[in-house]
Amino acid sequence: MIKVEDVHKSFGDEEILKGITTEFDKGKTNLIIGQSGSGKTVLLKCLLGLFRPEQGRIYYEDKAIQNMDDEEQRKLREEIGMLFQGGALFDSMNIEENVMFPLRMFTKQKKADMLERVNEVLKRVNLENVNKKFPAEISGGMQKRVSIARAIVNKPKFLFCDEPNSGLDPKTATLIDTLIQEITHEYDITTVVVTHDMNSVMEIGEKVVLLKHGKLVWQGTNQEIFKTDNEDVTNFVYSSDLFKKIRDVQLKEG
Amino acid sequence: MKYLQDIGSYFLMLKRVFGSFTKTSVLRHLIFKEINDLIISSLGIVAFISFFVGGVVAIQTALNMDNPLIPKSLIGFATRQSVVLEFAPTFISIIMAGKVGSFITSSIGSMRVTEQIDALEVMGINSLNYLVFPKIVALMFYPFVIVFSMFLGIMGGWVAGVYGGFASSSDFIAGLQEDFIPYHLFYAFFKTFVFSFILATVPSWQGYYMKGGALEVGKASTNSFVWTSVLIIAANYIITQLLLSA
Repeated sequence: MIKVEDVHKSFGDEEILKGITTEFDKGKTNLIIGQSGSGKTVLLKCLLGLFRPEQGRIYYEDKAIQNMDDEEQRKLREEIGMLFQGGALFDSMNIEENVMFPLRMFTKQKKADMLERVNEVLKRVNLENVNKKFPAEISGGMQKRVSIARAIVNKPKFLFCDEPNSGLDPKTATLIDTLIQEITHEYDITTVVVTHDMNSVMEIGEKVVLLKHGKLVWQGTNQEIFKTDNEDVTNFVYSSDLFKKIRDVQLKEG
Repeated sequence: MKYLQDIGSYFLMLKRVFGSFTKTSVLRHLIFKEINDLIISSLGIVAFISFFVGGVVAIQTALNMDNPLIPKSLIGFATRQSVVLEFAPTFISIIMAGKVGSFITSSIGSMRVTEQIDALEVMGINSLNYLVFPKIVALMFYPFVIVFSMFLGIMGGWVAGVYGGFASSSDFIAGLQEDFIPYHLFYAFFKTFVFSFILATVPSWQGYYMKGGALEVGKASTNSFVWTSVLIIAANYIITQLLLSA
């Protein structure tokens, strides 16, 4: 579980996060949603320790990241898997080397054992026979799957995903969403996904946190999001033409 | 003010490069890769330029010798002094600032743009140690490139001088051996070491701290060449003043 307590973050005079307080539950896919510029990615980077909040605390299983020394933070990061928006695969390495990277860095396993684990996770994300290819030689969807494989290869306790389905066709996007949710349940990890895709909210939003102008304006499940009369939620959800039409049809049908 | 901030950030980068080391087995692999990318792959261009510039130095020296009282051995002497003292250590370093420097900046800059550096940091890896330290170690082999350049520069001078009919082989070799001061080699290699450090770290700083997209990677590579060259020239002046004019 990750607990966020009154987190404030500014860049210069501009306050981006204005006192965020929430919890991200273990074994669930927790979604941070909001419009561009609402502070989603800044919150994610604060959670990852890439940005240091000026105020507030972030707890990883009851231990505040701010109170950890460098060694503790390094150890914590070994327990974190991250799926970046663009995949962030290392161009100079082939797929096998990319996925093996965390094992090479943090374990003392033999190469054969590492290779076995790499093949296991590649199979888990439905990728086979790509081991020797380079990231530039595979599609965007495959790159995302390799990135998921790299994120889970060292059996993390926490998985973070930044816009996991941006730039993907709807079918591949759904596949990635489903994969993230399945892995979350299978490994019983805390997953935090940053997205502005309503399809993801519907598919995998076991807990949804809505940010607006750096403030948390609503939190609940993907079932509750369509029932609430919170104005910020309805403005966000029905800014999508598709959802507006669905609502209009539902209203017409009574 | 910005320049002061940049200087501060450069030294803070250096501090981080030498802190929290990457696993030795991984680092060893990275160092060999950088030796190949930065040193071995530069030998061709260094050989080509050194040989022909050495030849030009010999020809120009010969063509400017009007007085018959000046011995022909001066051609070999002038070639040796030009190549050993300035051409190989400094001129080749400026060329390397273009070749190796822009390669370092663009490769690290591309990693920044595509979040690969963030990926390293999230994994708890000291990305500066992982990316920059192997380059610094690889460029410790840079003096071998300069030895190679000195040898080929002098060879080029000998070929141009002898086969161009400007001096006999024995005159040229006598000139090479004339008034040889071993301290000049210390001076040349001392500054080569300083330049190698500049070549590894200034382009790395430009790439690591760049912001933006592909266009900015290009701009950072250009800036990298400009600043690396400026620092090499400035360091060359200071070292020459300190080591030779005392």
